[in-house]
Amino acid sequence: MRIIGKQEIEDIAVGAALLGTGGGGDPYIGKLMALQAIEEFGPVTVLDPDEVPDDALVVPSSMMGAPTVMLEKIPSGEEAIEAFLKLEEYLGEKVYATFPIEAGGLNSMLPFALAARLGLPVVDADGMGRAFPELQMVTFYLDGISATPAVIADEKGNTALLSTIDNVWTERIARAATIQMGGSVMNAMYSMRGKNLKESGIPHILRLEEEIGKTIRLAKVNNVNAIHEVLKTVGGFELFQGKVTDINRKTEKGFAKGVAVFEGINEYKDETLKLRFQNEHLLAQTDKQLLCVTPDLIAVLDSETGIPITTEGIRYGSRCVVIGIPSHPKWRTEKGLETVGPRYFGYDVDYIPVEELANKGGEK
Amino acid sequence: MGTYRIGIDVGGTHTDAVILDENNQVISETKSSTTVDVATGIYNAMHKVIASADVPREEIHYAMLGTTHCTNAIVERKGLNEIAVIRIGAPATLAVKPLTGVQDELREALGKYVYLVRGGHEFDGREIVSLDEEHLYQIANEIKGKVDSIAITSVFSPVSREHEERARKICTEILGDEISISLSSEIGSVGLLERENATILNASVIKVAKTAADGFIQALKNEGIHAKVFFGQNDGTLMSVEYAVKYPIFTIACGPTNSLRGASYLSDLTDAIVVDVGGTTSDVGILVNSFPRESSLAVEIGGARTNFRMPDLVSIGLGGGTIVRIEENGEFTIGPDSVGYRLPEEAMIFGGNTLTTTDVAVALGKVELGDQSNVAHLDKELLQRVYNKMVEMVEEAIDKMKVSANPMPVILVGGGSVLFPKELKGASGVFRPENSGVANAIGSAISQVSGQIEKIYLIDEIGRENALKAAKEEAMDVAINAGANKESLIIVDIEDVPLAYLPGNATRVRVKAAGELV
Repeated sequence: MRIIGKQEIEDIAVGAALLGTGGGGDPYIGKLMALQAIEEFGPVTVLDPDEVPDDALVVPSSMMGAPTVMLEKIPSGEEAIEAFLKLEEYLGEKVYATFPIEAGGLNSMLPFALAARLGLPVVDADGMGRAFPELQMVTFYLDGISATPAVIADEKGNTALLSTIDNVWTERIARAATIQMGGSVMNAMYSMRGKNLKESGIPHILRLEEEIGKTIRLAKVNNVNAIHEVLKTVGGFELFQGKVTDINRKTEKGFAKGVAVFEGINEYKDETLKLRFQNEHLLAQTDKQLLCVTPDLIAVLDSETGIPITTEGIRYGSRCVVIGIPSHPKWRTEKGLETVGPRYFGYDVDYIPVEELANKGGEK
Repeated sequence: MGTYRIGIDVGGTHTDAVILDENNQVISETKSSTTVDVATGIYNAMHKVIASADVPREEIHYAMLGTTHCTNAIVERKGLNEIAVIRIGAPATLAVKPLTGVQDELREALGKYVYLVRGGHEFDGREIVSLDEEHLYQIANEIKGKVDSIAITSVFSPVSREHEERARKICTEILGDEISISLSSEIGSVGLLERENATILNASVIKVAKTAADGFIQALKNEGIHAKVFFGQNDGTLMSVEYAVKYPIFTIACGPTNSLRGASYLSDLTDAIVVDVGGTTSDVGILVNSFPRESSLAVEIGGARTNFRMPDLVSIGLGGGTIVRIEENGEFTIGPDSVGYRLPEEAMIFGGNTLTTTDVAVALGKVELGDQSNVAHLDKELLQRVYNKMVEMVEEAIDKMKVSANPMPVILVGGGSVLFPKELKGASGVFRPENSGVANAIGSAISQVSGQIEKIYLIDEIGRENALKAAKEEAMDVAINAGANKESLIIVDIEDVPLAYLPGNATRVRVKAAGELV
């Protein structure tokens, strides 16, 4: 058990931006929500998964809809509470703790805003270990945990309880309702027992996010290379150092799809890296070889500060270091790769773990 | 009888002034020191340039001022209005209250009267809830006599400004016409906190802008000049003084913009990179269609994150007075500190003891200035490496501004521009036009008057053609209100961006119209 205050939130936000691998929405609003809630209601307790009783009811708190809407119509803070109360009423049971559904962007911060208000603890675990765009792209799904019963809630006081036959219908109905409710809602989905979270979740993700944020912050203070320090913290690999020479984006079925081209600098001179993304960065390759592919994590960092750059933030001329981080073993299973592997996103390549690719590439 | 115009630009170190004739030919130019109170520097520059111009005073018809009054007031938190902040959006938005994330000192100065009112709109123009007018009446009565300026921000006002306008009516009804009211829909785009911050800052510098405008008009009168007065805004165009005192926030960062516009005029290029080399820093910007490209990122002013239009600039710590340090092992550092305006005393070529970038250029024979013999004893090979590094720094900044790898023309302006060579990597040509030392004041004097709007339209409902037409008309109206001649108006920029994840093909449309002075 440990206590999370304002500095920890700042650090976690930076770590979440890195593990968000370019997507997940701007964590800025989420961070401000968490900071205000902590200012008003006091710090938040974080529990290690082992500290959660097996039969305790645990529920993640997250948003659904357009991040653009949430930047304009900021939540009231009551939506997430309403969603939880409705779910408790339906299940006839109190929620023991909340946790982040994903590590990355807005959703990494929202559980803290809720937890501070309700005095609930946050469990140090999530369902991705990174960010992904679709409802079923959680490790809970791999173990057959249902997203429903689920509640979505808006700031006007409307709530909708979803009891569906499968996740496709959950997604379909929830999306339609979200539009009517004003384009962005808070939800309570994937409720489960403590035992489920311990078995199917990815543990210690908050600790990792906080470590990453702290590493980048202290690197600046101590004048050491932030990227080397981050690689040590996350157990990752440097894939490339380059300058953005082209960026091509389009919006397709709600995804920001595209490709960014990096021209190599320093020891990568005369090489070109192509980075393909769909909200998140999913595939990095040079002319010669594949460097890293989903579900392994690809993060783009500012070469001077080590600060993570989102897909929207990639601009011509930016000097970046691209790093790869091994994904959690749960994603490297057959069902895991079916759900979030390269072919699901339409890339005609086989998944090869980043550490194997890095070794094949030889010593840099 | 001639028609002359006077342009003044206030920079960090210098206040520059020019007088142009009706063909925009430079009749006279001066550089004076910027003073702590800004105003004295402006009067000195104005007096000097008029005295040296030898034109009949009654023939000076226009006076344009690009000033840092408002920026300084915000940074120093001096002379700010007593303001009330009204956000219309409850029950939404309560999770992040106004001024969250703004520096404590500024928050304290501006956050004395903060209200959250029920109302606001959805992204598609529906009301979230109806506007709580009773609450607005209550607030107006409460702040009576306590504030002189109000910032009003409503959720999704870029889609529907109905609630902001109703709130303005109620405030005026209770508080009278003297109260200044800033509406967020007239200042920023989608992104509530950033737009609200920009609106709050605008409300807080109304008084400062009025004082600056009155002072400038009075100073002109004292010189016997009865000119129509305009203020430079940060998009490279002008606004009438009446408009400027309503929207003073747009004067922020007009300096670099004026340099870019002046560079465009002097070099006759419409699309180019501009490097403005000052004493301490160099600002690198890019011209698209003769206007500075706008930044797409959130911009911080006095620690407050805002989203209103600002020129996209890369600033590097390299200017004419930048200090060069040689270490014993032959390594060296360049800046980021500078001798600034003390260059004429401190640089070695002027008999001082500090090695500056200017000394390096003189020693290598790149520039003729001061006394070269003062630097003749220095190691040429080492200085050449320093010089190469300086050039590399500028080339890197130029590269950062470009949108593609294709070479582009580069225009060098500003006092320190002589330091750099005639060829630069990534440049299709390097231009250093005449009078480039006062490009900013020229930019201020030659500017057109513009109007810009940014709104969200539901294209599925009204059609793209109608949306663009409505947006264009509105932008032209804004330009006419700002002082533009209706006949000369043209649309200089149009952009429509579909918003992801939303139905109805919701599209953000931004249009800018610009025209000649009336």
